Amino acid sequence: MTTLEVDLAGIKLRNPTILASGVMGETGESLLKVAEAGAGGLVTKSIGLEPRKGYPNPTLVELPDGYINAMGLPGPGIEAFAEEMEVALRSRVPIIGSLFAAIPEDFTTLAGKMEDYGAAAVELNLSCPHAKGYGMEVGIDPDAVRSIVSSVKGAVGIPVMAKLTPNTHRLVEVARAVEAAGGDAIVAVNTVKAMAISVEARRPILYNRTGGLSGPAIKGVGLRCVYELHEAVALPIVGVGGIERSGDVLEYMMAGASAVQVGSAVGRKGLAVFREITDGLMSYMGAHDLGDLREIVGVAHAH
Amino acid sequence: MLIETRVRERIEAGKGITTLVFDAPMEARPGQFVMVWVPGVDEVPMSLSHIGPHAGITVKEVGEATKALSCLRPGDVIGIRGPYGNGWRLSGGRILCVGGGVGMAPIITAVEAAGDPGRVAVAIGARNHGEIIFEERARSVSNDVRITTDDGSYGLKGTVVSLADTMMKEKRYDLVLGCGPEVMNKFLLKACKDNEVPCQLSLERLMKCGAGLCGSCVIDGLRVCADGPVFTGEQVERMAEFGKCKRDDAGLRVKL
Repeated sequence: MTTLEVDLAGIKLRNPTILASGVMGETGESLLKVAEAGAGGLVTKSIGLEPRKGYPNPTLVELPDGYINAMGLPGPGIEAFAEEMEVALRSRVPIIGSLFAAIPEDFTTLAGKMEDYGAAAVELNLSCPHAKGYGMEVGIDPDAVRSIVSSVKGAVGIPVMAKLTPNTHRLVEVARAVEAAGGDAIVAVNTVKAMAISVEARRPILYNRTGGLSGPAIKGVGLRCVYELHEAVALPIVGVGGIERSGDVLEYMMAGASAVQVGSAVGRKGLAVFREITDGLMSYMGAHDLGDLREIVGVAHAH
Repeated sequence: MLIETRVRERIEAGKGITTLVFDAPMEARPGQFVMVWVPGVDEVPMSLSHIGPHAGITVKEVGEATKALSCLRPGDVIGIRGPYGNGWRLSGGRILCVGGGVGMAPIITAVEAAGDPGRVAVAIGARNHGEIIFEERARSVSNDVRITTDDGSYGLKGTVVSLADTMMKEKRYDLVLGCGPEVMNKFLLKACKDNEVPCQLSLERLMKCGAGLCGSCVIDGLRVCADGPVFTGEQVERMAEFGKCKRDDAGLRVKL
């Protein structure tokens, strides 16, 4: 009996593909569409305490092998998000509430609300590379991360995941801080800080000048981070960065990921990407006589 | 991919309505749009009003970004990415194209793509004579072009939807294409339903990324940028938000 089901920190997923935060996750109806397309789980847009407009355009640069974005964490705020969650829950797939804040108390408030709304878990955005005072600015300091994760853990009963940035040489230290604080999973990685310049206009293209690079361009970075984290912590890891095909998922799982997130591919390949990936995984499992994906998690470390 | 180009030509299409032709060719389907970057100002979605070797857009001055676009001169640097979206799906048989105001921009490319002046009719509406655009272009590729203005300063006095309704009652159409303000689209949808003619409507929402990622432009979970901007009448009928509300920069619902 071949199954694509995976268990992530106690959350049952029908398959290991989860919609990554920041893609089609701002409204309940769009989350439903992604569930219909076959995603095994859904991460919401990162939600903060208050409504935020984000940055003016340009907020996206399209490259041959990925995107650079600096949306600036737009979102309706936690109060208004209640009604979106209500709709999203109709999908019957686990909804993971992504949160951003600057201080532990605010993360705790947000996580409590997300739990009340019916989220299966929360994902702490400790890694957005383009919002002043949030995300990566707190996520590269192991002490700050430890205190955020332990406050949230003390306040909610649902699993707490930390999404980490690759833009640091202290990735392993930060992950160990998450583990020491009782975090339930690591999500690696968020986007790689990057920029693009218009030669004709002689200026940066993005309004924020810098942004986060995602898509196939960063797959090698994400994979390396997951591999290193698997050696350093015992927590389950969710692999993110440039996943577009079943082969990418297998690479991430062999590096140590228990599940994966798909973001940029939704724009580059369309929502059909979820089914393409899961069909490909099924074929691989059939051809290699695999009953359960757990059998391949971390196998690359044996060599 | 961002194409860095320059404005090749600037044409007054109507009162406060400007056509900008780019120095870059753009292979696109009628009804598709591009994201246009005015360095230092903004980047906004614009329907292509001209496709092929000299692609172009037609913009009505309504806010800061459209004002900046309207003020561009030949030689000015702009960035274009796209084309994005699905575009019109032209069927066989007789087509009625309905454009309200600057909504004529994506409509005119469909009229030109129909390829037979006998099978395509056009209804153009605007607030006044000055805002009627692309009449000559339409007449050169269609044998039946009619005009309405709200104030009666040109063509028939009235709405373009009542004109379209009249045209549907005169002759059997196999398809209606419509683009205009949401209120016009809403009444056009109803007129098409009453006359039992299938339709496609080009919709508009606030759009940040344009590439199907951010979800800022979703209407009932469908992305205007990637799943649209052209939707079938059946799709639009199922949209609870259509004609009622849109979302602002923060993703909060705003009543229309």
